[in-house]
Amino acid sequence: MLTIQDIQETNRMIAENKLDVRTITMGISLRDCAHPNIKQFCQNVYDKITRSAEYLVQTGEDIEAEYGIPIINKRISITPVAIAAESCRTDSYVPVAEALDAAAKEVGVNFIGGFSALVEKGYTNGDKILINSIPQALATTERVCSSVNLGSTKAGINMDCVREMGEIIKRTAELTRDRDALGCAKLVVFANVPEDNPFMAGAFHGVGEPEKVINVGVSGPGVVKRALEDMKGADFGAVAETIKKTAFKITRVGQLVAQEASRRLGVPFGIIDLSLAPTPAVGDSVAHILEEMGLESCGAPGTTAALALLNDAVKKGGLMASSHVGGLSGAFIPVSEDAGMIAAVECGSLTLEKLEAMTCVCSVGLDMIAVPGDTTAATISAIIADEAAIGMINNKTTAVRIIPVPGKKVGDTVEFGGLLGYSPILKVNKFSSEAFIARGGRIPAPVRSLTN
Amino acid sequence: MKIVITIVGQDRVGIIAMVSNILAEKNVNILNINQNIVDGFFNMVMIADMTASKISLKDLQQLLRGKGEEINLDIKVQHEDIFQIMHRI
Repeated sequence: MLTIQDIQETNRMIAENKLDVRTITMGISLRDCAHPNIKQFCQNVYDKITRSAEYLVQTGEDIEAEYGIPIINKRISITPVAIAAESCRTDSYVPVAEALDAAAKEVGVNFIGGFSALVEKGYTNGDKILINSIPQALATTERVCSSVNLGSTKAGINMDCVREMGEIIKRTAELTRDRDALGCAKLVVFANVPEDNPFMAGAFHGVGEPEKVINVGVSGPGVVKRALEDMKGADFGAVAETIKKTAFKITRVGQLVAQEASRRLGVPFGIIDLSLAPTPAVGDSVAHILEEMGLESCGAPGTTAALALLNDAVKKGGLMASSHVGGLSGAFIPVSEDAGMIAAVECGSLTLEKLEAMTCVCSVGLDMIAVPGDTTAATISAIIADEAAIGMINNKTTAVRIIPVPGKKVGDTVEFGGLLGYSPILKVNKFSSEAFIARGGRIPAPVRSLTN
Repeated sequence: MKIVITIVGQDRVGIIAMVSNILAEKNVNILNINQNIVDGFFNMVMIADMTASKISLKDLQQLLRGKGEEINLDIKVQHEDIFQIMHRI
């Protein structure tokens, strides 16, 4: 029989420490939608998505009500559009993005991910069209998210695409300048991208995935922070144990929600993404966990070690709690979506360079970084190259979601609203990388032994 | 199906009577009650079995929430599995 303490602990996690399931994401294959006529293709896509996800939002809301656990987002990921739309005779996939946006609105999901291309080794014709369509697609749609994978440990880094993505990000910022470059918040550049990630903006339905699948992303930085408050002065072994136990409990809730959603929708369960995903709300911050370990402010020396411990302990605790784990799994460090990160940038303790170091040990990369509007395309490309190199060499996922906000400079603040939060503009190294980025070509895949 | 009912609010006469009356009326069987008063605040956790009941969980949630609001009580009804899965392997 359950004890009153168990029941009160769970309800305190939900009510006071903001434990929630961050997203139920339904993956849908669009491979059977292909058609040479783009209008017909868009119709096929719209029909398939609205039919497959008709009950997704309602099911999420039912589970939320019955178990009393908030489920913040219901989302959809699809086969990368560069693959699904490749047989269309067209030079732009913007109409596809519009069809996706309409389908997302029809079924009531807040984001749909998969306006994507995988080009770590080179471009197909569809990849080229997709990448060129990104700025316009993100400017004219509201809910479509885009991602490009341009590097991997096995293939190396496609430096032509690195160069191009700097320009694409700048153009996206320009086309959405009236919304403080919001388009860039819906665009992620990856190395070693996972094909079953339920989190936006980088979600898509990979080519090895089944017809449809349910992936769930859990969260709960506030719960971990709260658990560590009882561990003041304890050594790191005890800290890691506490995080593991907390991650286990959080993940069990995700597993329950995933199983229920899968059963009720008649769609197979894919994975749980064991992530600590912050929101700008007070008490929902990853930075505050690091500070709870004894750092005056996130970004202080020791931050990388603290994050490494946190990331590893979350995985160890979560792995036993779920039958299948995947996605990004680890701690996210999106600056604008984390009250502690925002404060750390504002007080000068957290810089772009320190964030880069942190990405070596966290689950993703440079995420939701607002930089001055006059940051050049080459500099953005070079930042992407650095992140992709960290991912390639360390055999991990890295990503860049960077927002050069037109008209803004260091000292200004930008407001994206909702879960995307707000951010001070970060300072960027002013020295040029033009000639480096102009080279193009491919950085060869790294050697996997002699790993010093 | 087992459910967990959590009640929090200002103490007064007849809270348990009101809730157990509703549950009896709906054929929901109470399995366990744990209740205390801290600084005038009423705190109760109840585990019940609604297998034999005709009312749906959603309707029961709504009914108890509504009755609770009338007398300034927060009454929450949840499926028991969320607690089981978190605290029992």
